[in-house]
Order: sequence, then C-alpha cells, then structure tokens
Amino acid sequence: MFWELELVLFVFLALAAILAIEAKDLLVSVVLMTAFSFITALLYISMGAVDVGFTEAVVGAGVTGILFVLVLFKTSRETKD
Amino acid sequence: MNKRFQSPIVLLGARFLSPYIFMFGLYVIFHGHYSPGGGFQGGALLAAAILLVRVAGGEKIGQLQLIEKLTTPIGVIGVIIYFGTGLSAILAGGNFLDYGVLPFPGVVEPAWSRYIGLLIIEVGIGAAVMAILVMIYDNMIKGEDYD
Amino acid sequence: MVYAATDLPNRADNNSAMHAEISPNGGPVIGNYFIQNAYKDAKTPNIVTVILGDYRGIDTFGEQLVIFTAGLVGILVLRKSKKLKK
Repeated sequence: MFWELELVLFVFLALAAILAIEAKDLLVSVVLMTAFSFITALLYISMGAVDVGFTEAVVGAGVTGILFVLVLFKTSRETKD
Repeated sequence: MNKRFQSPIVLLGARFLSPYIFMFGLYVIFHGHYSPGGGFQGGALLAAAILLVRVAGGEKIGQLQLIEKLTTPIGVIGVIIYFGTGLSAILAGGNFLDYGVLPFPGVVEPAWSRYIGLLIIEVGIGAAVMAILVMIYDNMIKGEDYD
Repeated sequence: MVYAATDLPNRADNNSAMHAEISPNGGPVIGNYFIQNAYKDAKTPNIVTVILGDYRGIDTFGEQLVIFTAGLVGILVLRKSKKLKK
C-alpha cells in the first residue's frame, strides 16, 4: 500500500522485538511480544492478506498472550541472566 | 489463578467484554463465506472470550461459562463433524470431502451443496479449536507442580 | 538474501510472472483456475474459504488433527491423575 506506513510499522516491529529481548521483567517481555504480534498482523493486512492478519491478531495477540501470562504466574517473574 | 491477583474491577470488565467477543466469534464463523474469517479464527475468538473470564475470575467463576468436563467431548465432536462430513460424501458416491454429491434436502445444484458443506465443516473446526484451546488452559491451571 | 530480494517483482504488479495466465514454460498457471472458478464451484465470494475448505479440504483436516493431537498431549502431560495421588 503506502511505503511510508510500512516503514513506520517495520521500525516499531524492530523496536518491540529488541525491547522484548532486553527487558528484565518477564511480564514486560510478554506484553511487548503481544505488541510485536499485533504489528505483524497490521503488516499482513497492509500487504493485502486479511485472513492471515486476522489469524495472527487473534492467536498471537490473544491466546498465546494469555497462555504466557499463565506460565509466568506458575513460575518466577524475574530473569536470571 | 492465585488469590492475590483477583480484583472486582478486572472481573467486571471481563464480564462486560466477554459476550461481545463471543458474539463476534460466532459472526466470524457463520459469515466466513462473505468476509474474512472462518472456522479457525472464529474458534480462537470464542476461546479468547472464555479464557478472559477464566483469567479474571479464577476457577469457580470460570466454570460457570463452560464447565471443564465438557471441553474434551466438544473437541471430539468437532473433529467427528468434519470427518463425518467427508465420510458421508464417500457413502453418497463421491470422493472423500467432496461436498458436491451430498444429498441435502431441497438442493439440486452441486454448487449450493458445496456451500452448505463448507458451512458445516467450519462449525466443526470452530467447535474443536475453541474446546481444545480451553482444554489446554484448564490442564495447565490444574496440572501437577513439579517443584 | 537481501541482494536476491531486490530482484523480486513488486507487490501488486499486474505484469509479474505469477499473475499471468500462461506460465513462462507454456503451461497454465494453476492458481488462475481457483480465482476464476471459485465462485462458480461453491457460490462463495470469499476465495480463501473455498480454497481452505473445498479444494484443499484434506489439508485443513490434517491441520485440525494437529490441534486435536496437541490437546491430547496436553492431557497426557499435564492432567493430574487420581491413581498416583493415593
């Protein structure tokens, strides 16, 4: 579609990925990974694949987010490294 | 979920939001012929609506929407709907999963028969995906502690 | 990989090889059949649904079996058994 929109989305995508790796609190990592998934869904939609983007938004930002938060509550919240 | 994370405001928000997500999931499944969406996306939306109340409300309130024992039968029924549609196409004299030969009452053209067959299998996919995602969550919540 | 990606055709380019009706070696492009005949075969405007459910129905069935197997493995690994508790 518009290359300016996709450039902004790619910049935010890289930003979310780097911050999710570098964060000390694992809950912050999970939230940033959800944001990563959502930006990926927006990129898919801007490329014209609406079905794939819909699946990515529902599964990546909804269900796996809930499952990761559940695993965080069952284990510890801090990283060791 | 743990007791110390429960809050009535979060629970109220989840209870307010959950029926709308559920309704949107049903819309995505049944309107998948005309708009983006289909069985898998709709089933994941239904599972998200149920899991939202389960995360916010804890074990007892979450069971009010879909009790835990029902999840495995619904998943099996969803797979059987899909497989049974394919198998009945063989019995009607066609190939496996060829909906064009299915004898629906009042349908003459094979194209409209395929239309109804697609609708049936999407309901099957949606039921299976919803039940299995909720089932995985329940098993993780009530699972054994390995520490 | 970046150097190779610069040679790819642009998105939404009508004249690229994959959108043509006849492929460069002379045969027909198979994706063309789906686009032209999806509505006639199943009376459904959404081509993605027709391809996933009708033309590639066995593929979707395998996908559903994968999800079902994931649920079964979840039961086997995670569910608390009553016999072991006693």
